[in-house]
Amino acid sequence: MSGFARLVLRNRLAGVGALVLAAILALVVLIPVLPLDPPNITATGDRFLRPLAAGHLLGTDHLGRDLLARLLHGTRLSLAVGVAAALIAASIGSTIGIVAGYFGGRIDNVIMRAVDMLMAFPYILLALAIVAALGPGLMNALIAVAAVNVPFFARNIRGITVALARREFIDAARLSGMGHLRILTVELLPNVLPTIVIAMSTTVGWMILETAGLSFLGLGSQPPVADLGSMLGEARAAMISAPHTSIVPGVMIFLIVMSINLLGDGVRDALDPRLRSGALSRPRAVTLIDRAAPPPPAPGDGVLEVRDLETQFRVGARVYRAVNGISLSVQAGECLGLIGESGSGKSVAALSVTGLVASPPGVIAGGAVYLDGEEVLALPYRRLRDLRGRRVAYIFQDPLTTLHPLYRVGAQLTEAVRVHGNVSAATARARALELLAAVRIPNPERQLAAYPHELSGGMRQRVGIAMALANEPEVIIADEPTTALDVTVQAQILALLDDLRRERGLAIVFITHDFGVVAQLCDRLAVMYAGRIVEEGPTEAVLAAPAHPYTRRLIACVPELGGGRRVLHAIPGLPPVVHDLPAGCAFAPRCDRAQDVCRAGEVALTGSGTRRVRCLFPEEAVA
Amino acid sequence: MGRYILKRLISAVPVLLGITVIVFAIMAMIPGDPATAILGSYATPENVARINRDLGLDKPLVQRYFIWLGNMLQGDFGRSFSLNRPVLDEILERFNATLILAGTSFVICAILGILAGVVSAARQYGLADKLITFTVLIGISIPSFFLGMMMILLFAVNLRWLPVSGMYAIYGGGDVPDLLRHLVMPALALAAVATGVIARLSRSAMLEVLRQDYIRTARAKGVPEGRVILGHALRAAMVSIIPVLGIQAGFVLSGAVYIEIVFQWPGVGRMLVDAILKRDILLVQGGVVFVAACYVGFNIAVDVAQSLLDPRIKT
Repeated sequence: MSGFARLVLRNRLAGVGALVLAAILALVVLIPVLPLDPPNITATGDRFLRPLAAGHLLGTDHLGRDLLARLLHGTRLSLAVGVAAALIAASIGSTIGIVAGYFGGRIDNVIMRAVDMLMAFPYILLALAIVAALGPGLMNALIAVAAVNVPFFARNIRGITVALARREFIDAARLSGMGHLRILTVELLPNVLPTIVIAMSTTVGWMILETAGLSFLGLGSQPPVADLGSMLGEARAAMISAPHTSIVPGVMIFLIVMSINLLGDGVRDALDPRLRSGALSRPRAVTLIDRAAPPPPAPGDGVLEVRDLETQFRVGARVYRAVNGISLSVQAGECLGLIGESGSGKSVAALSVTGLVASPPGVIAGGAVYLDGEEVLALPYRRLRDLRGRRVAYIFQDPLTTLHPLYRVGAQLTEAVRVHGNVSAATARARALELLAAVRIPNPERQLAAYPHELSGGMRQRVGIAMALANEPEVIIADEPTTALDVTVQAQILALLDDLRRERGLAIVFITHDFGVVAQLCDRLAVMYAGRIVEEGPTEAVLAAPAHPYTRRLIACVPELGGGRRVLHAIPGLPPVVHDLPAGCAFAPRCDRAQDVCRAGEVALTGSGTRRVRCLFPEEAVA
Repeated sequence: MGRYILKRLISAVPVLLGITVIVFAIMAMIPGDPATAILGSYATPENVARINRDLGLDKPLVQRYFIWLGNMLQGDFGRSFSLNRPVLDEILERFNATLILAGTSFVICAILGILAGVVSAARQYGLADKLITFTVLIGISIPSFFLGMMMILLFAVNLRWLPVSGMYAIYGGGDVPDLLRHLVMPALALAAVATGVIARLSRSAMLEVLRQDYIRTARAKGVPEGRVILGHALRAAMVSIIPVLGIQAGFVLSGAVYIEIVFQWPGVGRMLVDAILKRDILLVQGGVVFVAACYVGFNIAVDVAQSLLDPRIKT
């Protein structure tokens, strides 16, 4: 609990809210011992004294009553009524929600229909109707406000209960012969209680505000007793001549509601696991670049040259080194396979090329990316944007999430064309048709008007490829474009990419974890592990004679069609967490060839020409 | 689309019936005898019996409900005893004023709220975001009636920029500029809370959307950032913003009660409060049913807008 409190208070605003609320509560609790005047004794001779008048710190109201005393008593009343309303609404609403969610079926249907009806009313109107029936009075206002908030709790709690009621522990309880009542109270209630508390913490402020509102209208507390709302209502008549009588209760309502809101936000944020981990990525157009050293010069003459690239995720004090100094080179018309397990940093490396890593927390901390000899990462946003999609295009893994769900395929394709040139709508449309035909989508006219969710996975992927081709880029980075597809579609897509590469001289970086795919398409490949390249070379050479133990075991994981009975070897252990890398070879803990020296220090990528390996005891000697 | 609208309209019928049942049931809970309340000191047994017969109060509850419903369907909401005129006439006259006030407020809160949310999200943790978040916090914590009073003090009494209250100037008023001058403060005061709520929700909806893969795709295509935010992201975020607009419309419509009292605006809200204090049951019943029905209609419009925006909703 103290950890939770610390989490809430870490949010500075929530701390302020807690402080203000605590101060108000302390004052209210201390009412009996404070030297206050009686709140309801009138002294018409002293009416409308200004604040700081002798004996009346906040002045007096239209009947000469001490405002401070009335304020504190009114605050106590308002808080009590608001909290009571919240408790009543929460217990009735939650009971309804739990019952509806647990029993489901017809009971659920009837209850939720009724709740929907209540929610069809504009909020305050229902409260007014209830007060109209019961008659003005603070108790009736309390009932009205509570009743109006019941549907909110019922609906929220039902949603959670429905999910819980299908879980195994409820089935187990039922099979063990527990009665409904016992299951509801012993099994379900403890699990929904946190949600109830959160819902209360976010609504109690509203309820205080609403009861104050009803009192303001003269429908809540009746004279001479006054809550904050009726104080404000009574003061309204003298608002112009004696504004302090209005300002005092008004500011108090404001302070109470604001502090409760702040605290409620803090509670909600503290319970949000995404905020807790600090992993919420923030929306920047370009990945933050924070290079310790000036970018290294371009090493070669490839279309795309990546040099010593380092991309990190900085979350709080932790630094995840997702890409830890990799260099790649791709020539025009060449296909480079980038291969590795999930979490090896291959996608992050690919996204870093045009600054697309979610940032913050992503930061490019070192290295350089050269496109035809020009350093990309140093470009201002305008020029980088111009290059995205026009010279370097991406094909992403899951086109259902990577295509915009609310735009038609045609609109997304034409947009890709039109953002990079002053093209008329008709020309762009013609180009879109051409592109769809190029990726062999049947009936392109009709598909232009389709939404992504109306297409099959293979068709969607083709749209993704068509979009990447829209501006005839020099480099295409394909991030597992076939992983979500079945095998026949996968083969078609690979063949398509291969054709395009040969026809148009595209340079392709093909990211995958699948050696079968690599063998079909790639000229060379680079194997990544824990943010580093551990082996690279021509595809046949690596496949025929893997030098790094990791590569060998990765290949051993691939089942072969018609290969007969063979034991598939999973690699024992898990890839390392990249914020806490071991010294030396990152694969050593999972490697059966590892020796002490492997763990001692940095292992270099050695070899000659295009064939290199980062291993002290390679499976095959790499000359 | 036409079929979808028709379907939604048909599905509204049980909701409307439910509303009348709820209102009628609430009013039936009234303790004591309405006739006595109406007659006050004239409540002789003969008079009570006559009123009960006139209002149909001597009949069983269920029968009374159907008589009331049937009359309402024919446009007869009954007669207000405190105003001595047909309830519907009074409501229609008053509703016009409420619609002007609430409608203006709704437009303000929708535009300002979404704008603030978008800016806030696009500049997350930047200066603009902090300023907006702070303003929004104040906006959602201040009671609208108190805000209205403070606005009157500042802008009408001290600065004398705007009229204190009412809908038109008593002398020489009545034109549109006059109405607008009277409308500024109440509309803003009424919009404050809803603006804050919409801004908050728009901010979190935008942040959620900006994390999505298709936003990365748009950026990878080279779409300019302004278009990414206002086109791709906002469009997707509207899917979760629009239902909140519907809910907030309800808050604005019913929150008008307070503002109409503070600014002496001749709307339905003030009529309802007066009717409650005078225990004019038919006027309360009629007013609540009428406003709730309008709100149901508005929500259908919201659903239709939603289905136009999101092709994944089966129409």
